[in-house]
Amino acid sequence: MAAQHLDYLLHLADNALILGQRNAEWCGHGPILEEDLALGNMSLDLIGQARLLYQHVAALKNDGSTEDSLAYFRDVPDFRNYTLLELPHSTALAPTAANDRDYASTVVRNFLYSALMVLLWERLQASKDEQLAAIAAKSLKEARYHLRHARDWLVRLGDGTDESNARMQKALDHYLPYVQEFWSHSEMESAAAAAGVGVNTGDLQEAFNAYLDDALAEAALKRPPGGGYVSTGKHGLHSEHLGFLLAEMQCLARAHPQGVW
Amino acid sequence: MTTTPTPTPVALKDWPLWEVFIRSKQGLEHKHCGSLHASDAKQALQLARDIYTRRQEGVSIWVVPSSHITASAPEDKDVLFEPAADKIYRHPTFYQIPEEVGHM
Repeated sequence: MAAQHLDYLLHLADNALILGQRNAEWCGHGPILEEDLALGNMSLDLIGQARLLYQHVAALKNDGSTEDSLAYFRDVPDFRNYTLLELPHSTALAPTAANDRDYASTVVRNFLYSALMVLLWERLQASKDEQLAAIAAKSLKEARYHLRHARDWLVRLGDGTDESNARMQKALDHYLPYVQEFWSHSEMESAAAAAGVGVNTGDLQEAFNAYLDDALAEAALKRPPGGGYVSTGKHGLHSEHLGFLLAEMQCLARAHPQGVW
Repeated sequence: MTTTPTPTPVALKDWPLWEVFIRSKQGLEHKHCGSLHASDAKQALQLARDIYTRRQEGVSIWVVPSSHITASAPEDKDVLFEPAADKIYRHPTFYQIPEEVGHM
């Protein structure tokens, strides 16, 4: 089994796990009870996707790895998720507290990620890795719902009050540059695409942009100029935020290895 | 063709109440399962999905503004419902319903 194939699966799994963990931070703190539940639901969808992918990787590796060892006993440089997904729910430069969480940030990020994943899961249904194709078919339905939910809020808040529009615009300006990482080249993606297992995400850029522009127009938001720093999370080079996220997520499993309910 | 008018934004504290009805499977009726606050019908439907169908409870959702429901008054209970108490012959208990009929 090619190492790039495994890296590619881990990349997909880590994306789902890290965003699932981030969104779960709203559990008990959502802006309204109904949204609190919705975010929890979607986090569980993402964590469910991550589990299926980790189980698949563990089976392919066949070296004693388990879904738990992959989620809880790898460190920052081992994770292959997009940097976008590990950032706090905030546009502050140095957000330190839960109080800095801004729902506009959550909505914009979930919108950007689910817009990509709808396109990606669609294509991955034809993967030569049959297990991945099956996971894609299941995840596509979830991603479509996540996108519908996020787009609904994108439009409500973007085309809402002056305050909500300003917050949404700020969140968009903050997160959109990280989307460049989606389209940047990586060995694992090229190799996985060449083997018919994965997709060259760059091929999805045009469809993504068309969808984004359409949604932004409806939401009365302006697309910020592109360019700038291209983040490198999928290569294992992360922002300072991932370490804190992992510390919180992994501490229990590391304090009680092999603990069971 | 009719178009839905764009809803005017409503402040969070003023979101109206909606009653939620879920059909648990094809062929069964929609049953009332609870209520929620939402700014408009589209959002009410969306939130109902997340709150009331998390455990595969349904295949269809209705939402109705609570203010559109006219209810009987509790103090009318005796007048409205007592007279039926001694008329058991109104229950069709003497019929065998064929199995193929399913839910009735």
